[in-house]
Amino acid sequence: MADDKDVLRDVWFGRIPTCFTLYQEEVTEREADPYYLLLPRVSYLTLVTDKVKKHFQKVMKPEDIGEMWFEYEGTPLKWHYPIGLLFDLHASHTALPWSITVHFKDFPEKDLLHCPSNSVIEAHFMSSIKEADALKHKGQVINEMQKKDHKQLWMGLQNDKFDQFWAINRKLMEYPAEEGGFRYIPFRIYQTVSERPFIQKLFRPITAEGQPHTLIDLLKEVSPFAVSQGGGEKKYQVVIHGIEPMLETPVQWLSEHLSYPDNFLHISVIPISTD
Amino acid sequence: MPGSLLWVIDIYGRVYTLSTAGQIWELCRDGRLEFKRVTATEPCCWGIASDHQVYVYVHSSEVPIRYQEETFENQRWNPVDGFCDRLLPSDRWQWSDITGLVHQPLDSFHLPSEHWEWEADWYVDENIDGDPTEKGGWTYAIDFPATYTKDKKWNSCVRRRRWIRYRRYKSRDTWAKVPSQNAGPLPDPFSDLSVGGWDITEEPMGRLSLWAVSLQGKVWYREGICHHNPEGSSWEEVSTPGEVVQISCGPSDLVWAVMWEGQLLVREGISRENPKGSSWVVVESPSSEVGAVHVSVGVSVVWAVTKDRKVWFRRGINSHNPCGTGWIGMVGEMVMLSVGVNDQVWGISCDDRAICFRQGVTSNELSGKTWRVITAARDDRSQASSANSLASAGCFFSGEVQVPTETSIMSDTGSSSEAEAQQDTDGETAKIRIPKVTSDSFISDLVSDKETKLNRRMLEGAIPEEGPPLEQESSKAAGETATNAACRTSRGPQWSNVDLEEAQVGSDATDSSSLSSVATYNFGLEDQYGVDEHPLWAWVCGGGCVVDAHMPLNWFNSTSALATSLQSMSLSITPAQTAVWRKQIFEQLSERTKREVDSFRHYEQAVEQSVWVKKGNMQWWRDWKPNKWIDVQFALEQFSGAEGNRDGILFIYYMFNDEKKYLHAFINEVTILVPVVSDTKHTFAIYTPERTKQRWPIRLAATTEQEMYDWLTLLSLSCNESQGIQGAPSKHAIWSTTCKGDIFVSEPIPSLEASPYPLPCDQMYWRQIGGHLHLVECGGPGIVWGIGYNHTAWVYSGGYGGGFFQGLSSSNVHPQTDVKNVYIYENQRWNPVTGYSSRGLPTDRFMWSDISGLQECTKTNTKPPSPLWIWVSDWSIDYNSPGGTDREGWQYATDFPATYHGHKTIKDFVRRRRWARKSKISTTGPWLEVPPITLWDITIQPCSSSRSPEEHVSVWGISNKGDVLCRLGVTQQTPEGTSWLHVGTDQPFKSISLGSCNQLWAVARDGSAFYRGSVSPHSPAGDCWYHIPSPARQKLLQVSVGRTSVYAVDENGNLWYRHGLTPSYPQGSSWEHISNNVRKVSVGPLDQVWIIADKVQGSHSLSCGTVCHRLGVQPMDPKGQSWDYGIGGGWDHISVRANSQEAPRISLPLASDKSMNPRGEAPAINGRVVGC
Repeated sequence: MADDKDVLRDVWFGRIPTCFTLYQEEVTEREADPYYLLLPRVSYLTLVTDKVKKHFQKVMKPEDIGEMWFEYEGTPLKWHYPIGLLFDLHASHTALPWSITVHFKDFPEKDLLHCPSNSVIEAHFMSSIKEADALKHKGQVINEMQKKDHKQLWMGLQNDKFDQFWAINRKLMEYPAEEGGFRYIPFRIYQTVSERPFIQKLFRPITAEGQPHTLIDLLKEVSPFAVSQGGGEKKYQVVIHGIEPMLETPVQWLSEHLSYPDNFLHISVIPISTD
Repeated sequence: MPGSLLWVIDIYGRVYTLSTAGQIWELCRDGRLEFKRVTATEPCCWGIASDHQVYVYVHSSEVPIRYQEETFENQRWNPVDGFCDRLLPSDRWQWSDITGLVHQPLDSFHLPSEHWEWEADWYVDENIDGDPTEKGGWTYAIDFPATYTKDKKWNSCVRRRRWIRYRRYKSRDTWAKVPSQNAGPLPDPFSDLSVGGWDITEEPMGRLSLWAVSLQGKVWYREGICHHNPEGSSWEEVSTPGEVVQISCGPSDLVWAVMWEGQLLVREGISRENPKGSSWVVVESPSSEVGAVHVSVGVSVVWAVTKDRKVWFRRGINSHNPCGTGWIGMVGEMVMLSVGVNDQVWGISCDDRAICFRQGVTSNELSGKTWRVITAARDDRSQASSANSLASAGCFFSGEVQVPTETSIMSDTGSSSEAEAQQDTDGETAKIRIPKVTSDSFISDLVSDKETKLNRRMLEGAIPEEGPPLEQESSKAAGETATNAACRTSRGPQWSNVDLEEAQVGSDATDSSSLSSVATYNFGLEDQYGVDEHPLWAWVCGGGCVVDAHMPLNWFNSTSALATSLQSMSLSITPAQTAVWRKQIFEQLSERTKREVDSFRHYEQAVEQSVWVKKGNMQWWRDWKPNKWIDVQFALEQFSGAEGNRDGILFIYYMFNDEKKYLHAFINEVTILVPVVSDTKHTFAIYTPERTKQRWPIRLAATTEQEMYDWLTLLSLSCNESQGIQGAPSKHAIWSTTCKGDIFVSEPIPSLEASPYPLPCDQMYWRQIGGHLHLVECGGPGIVWGIGYNHTAWVYSGGYGGGFFQGLSSSNVHPQTDVKNVYIYENQRWNPVTGYSSRGLPTDRFMWSDISGLQECTKTNTKPPSPLWIWVSDWSIDYNSPGGTDREGWQYATDFPATYHGHKTIKDFVRRRRWARKSKISTTGPWLEVPPITLWDITIQPCSSSRSPEEHVSVWGISNKGDVLCRLGVTQQTPEGTSWLHVGTDQPFKSISLGSCNQLWAVARDGSAFYRGSVSPHSPAGDCWYHIPSPARQKLLQVSVGRTSVYAVDENGNLWYRHGLTPSYPQGSSWEHISNNVRKVSVGPLDQVWIIADKVQGSHSLSCGTVCHRLGVQPMDPKGQSWDYGIGGGWDHISVRANSQEAPRISLPLASDKSMNPRGEAPAINGRVVGC
């Protein structure tokens, strides 16, 4: 029987086939071919698109090149969300490959953060990990780590080294056996329709009676509409990493196995299209 | 019976048990009796019931307790009648014991008690020293007494044959009344008993010392309790300097008792030869004011309770000083205490009669840390019935007369009188209502003590304001008067049950003021604290409860069984593995991969795989002479290979004549990584095929243990990846163990058994699996069992990793422990002045040494095998050295080194004896214990074809005692099976092997072979044993059966092949010698033959134990041609019995040419090294 470690591997090695096309109004010297790439679900757009940038810059004049940003069907894609989350949230019903439009001008200041270098991504990634650990272990685990361990986490993500990353990350996934789980589950729930970017609350993995909380408990408490039944029909899909875990899945297990490298469970609640 | 049991009695005399694996007090299965005392060991529990009889409760086991009765039929030849039963007048009896001195006809044998039954009728044993005799079983000799042979010669004038019959102990899982004494002084009823002493000798579990105290204060010892006689044979009185009230016997040589006056007695001189000990030493009570009332001892601890309920711990106890040095007062007030296995301690707290467990007791901190109340729920199936059946009522208050004193002291510190008055009335009314109560003196003491307040209230009327505490003497006297009075008033015969109402009248009449504990039972108790409240306990015994400080117990947090069972459904651990949600996630993830990745594999990866280098400083055992450790730079470079799989290179940078040089090895060439942990260095060895041939690995030492394990984890990860191996071993895997107990597994490829060009066995890749085992056997579809050095049986959990592999490289691993002995030798030489002494000749070996005599090994400088091991016992003389010993453990010889014998002769100038010390390793691995029977050998049927997962797989084992066992219910889903079926034999066995076609072969301890007839899937146990003569003058050691081949190894390292096996005559005809210097053999389902060979050329210190593969084995030539050498040395066991992958058939022209030999030099090597 397959074991839980395989889940970690599958999650890590999740890829989204993507077709990058240059925005048609960008000024080019000659026509740019679309660029095809397998994007790691767990990584960040700006971290893995150096090749895309190089590819399109070849056909452009240096003076026309501003900060690169991405858009899908009119929605600017936030680089500080993991790629898998962006896909699940905005494009889960699209045909593959995922078609992303590349822009080099008119940076949407109100929608996106600037990303001048990888160190910005690193800072964002590390602050997420620290926040998650603050929820899980009052920050004790991450604070006891050495600088080189922090670096190893980041390098693992940057270079797509599963073993390198998990050698350290497993320490962040430990918890005292007698407590049966983390202090709080680090999670975020995203909805396309909502005006809030995401919902995040304190939520314990274990009930006061010592029973495990499941995904449905979490949703009922945090985002009740997601599990509301309209006329017996399911109205929303609850998606993590492109799959719909059963609502009976314990959240502690989800947190240990389906968290993104930033140690958060990024849960997308997607309306089921009526057609 | 998973887990072991804690035994307790509640104040009503009901016996409950709590399993270390459970969380519920379970009412003893045989609940007919109420008990006053229980004292437990793992296999059994002794108790004194309310009828004052001693009972023993022997746990059921799949292995029966059976005893072989034997008698000899003797005959003499005369010219007229031939052999007949007319003997000469000077001859022995016609029916006699082995010596001929005792007359014992068949009908003189009787069952020792009602708890035994005969297994079958008498029959003749047709076996002499491992050789089958002629039909009829006669053995011949010239005269009585003489050496008997199986052959009848011209001068054979007498003959005899051995008749045997088995009796079986049948009263298991029930309280069996121990037969009362037939002869000798009849002990008066017992008031206390304590069992222990199972560690005094190395005998298998079952030999026990049982000490008892009678009501008159005498001490008794039960003789003859051993495994095949669980009841013992008789009571022997042990004289004491005074009257004893309570006694405690530890697992080894500690026995302490409490005397009437409050002092303690310590038994001295307890030893292997004399488990009863020789003399008593008095130890004063911990407190000068109050005497001791209770004592409990372990291996090296003594705990006591004084009359004021204070708890004391005795300092400085060891086997040389059983008296210890001083008392330390401990926190907490207890009624009684019980020290169990591993010196763990339980107690019954004074204020609420709860069972407390002493937490944090370790060998370094024997006094532990805190008391923790056990809050298990009670299984109350039969509660209602017993609440009113409190019939037991003795009126003996031996030793309990301290209570008045205590009561009066306590009343000094009395609480508010208002509450007292209230309770007083409650007490009075209740007293009228309840007719009977259990009144074993101790229990009644507890009962009365429980409501001290109430009693006190009652007493305050009677006792004029806190009279001075009574003198010991007078109170004792008063107690005796009361006893007598009470007994007189009771109508029944003395010492029989007494109805308490009457007893009470009697004692009231005598002197209520001095007899508070007896006189003033408060019967309101039951209403106040009874059924619905938590149970009130009267007695606890941890002697059968195996726990240690690190063991997780579920005893402390349960409020109800339901809540805890839900709680134990821990997340992300095993129970969840079968959950639907989990399966669904697996399925969805693989669907996701299909959907999102599989059709887009040709896309470029966003992140290129780059080279990853890890560097470190290490020491390297340099290749050239003089060999020594030199500092080197070590680097592992990993990169993506052409096919996307990872690969890497190892670099060792060293300085040679001030020149920087390096040595490298490709990760894909590494065949095995072997950790070599020692005290001084943290080293590991790296082998490649080339280095396996040279018997010269790359040996590296890391600076710290952690660093070594980090490197090993990383290196094995890269090696596995480069070999394309991940996850658990396959169903065909080849398993092996080293002499250090490490477990290695190799994935066979089909060409491994190809003929004529198999994969050379030095190219096999081995990876380590966590855990510690002595041997591991595989077979069937993925069923693997292991046996530890302590003979514990383990079944493979289907996981991988464990040990030093952490986190991601492990799955389905569990804690595992193993215990083994470390031996050192004490050597002495005889001289005319002092006799044997430790003054040797200048040329002699060390007076304390290892077995070779070359290494000095003293008791103090000898360390456990590696830092992973800890000592768990002290040094003790080993009386079981091969060759036998005298009573002091000595073995004699003419000189060092020589062969030793167990008795002194005139020519013996030197002697030695072996000392053993137990050490223990705690590790993790994919293994689950299969309690409770410990094993000697195991075999799993190899399967040649695919079978359905539900189909049963035959598994046979040999128990540690030599019983042959067949495991039932083993399937792919439940590899651990369900239960053992005992298969009777006339002698203990030591090796067993089951072939693909149900041929079951076994080797008895006397070295003879047996074939079991009619074993089939429908009758897994077969019908009878056929005795197979062993090769001439050889005693067999081990047997292995493949598809059709049968191979055996004898004690002198010879490998034998069984000739002439046919389906109609599966026993075969003769043994053919194949090879020598063989230690183990494993024959697989393709009839492939693998061995562990000794003395393989080229190996250095590790010359023993090399894995070898028989080449040229073909259906027409099952004996093969020659040996191919693989990994070694230091290997101890191999099992190829799961590898049923046939090699792809290659049709070669002239392939059957006789001269065909895969490696030209093989026959030469064969001749030279393994040498036929």
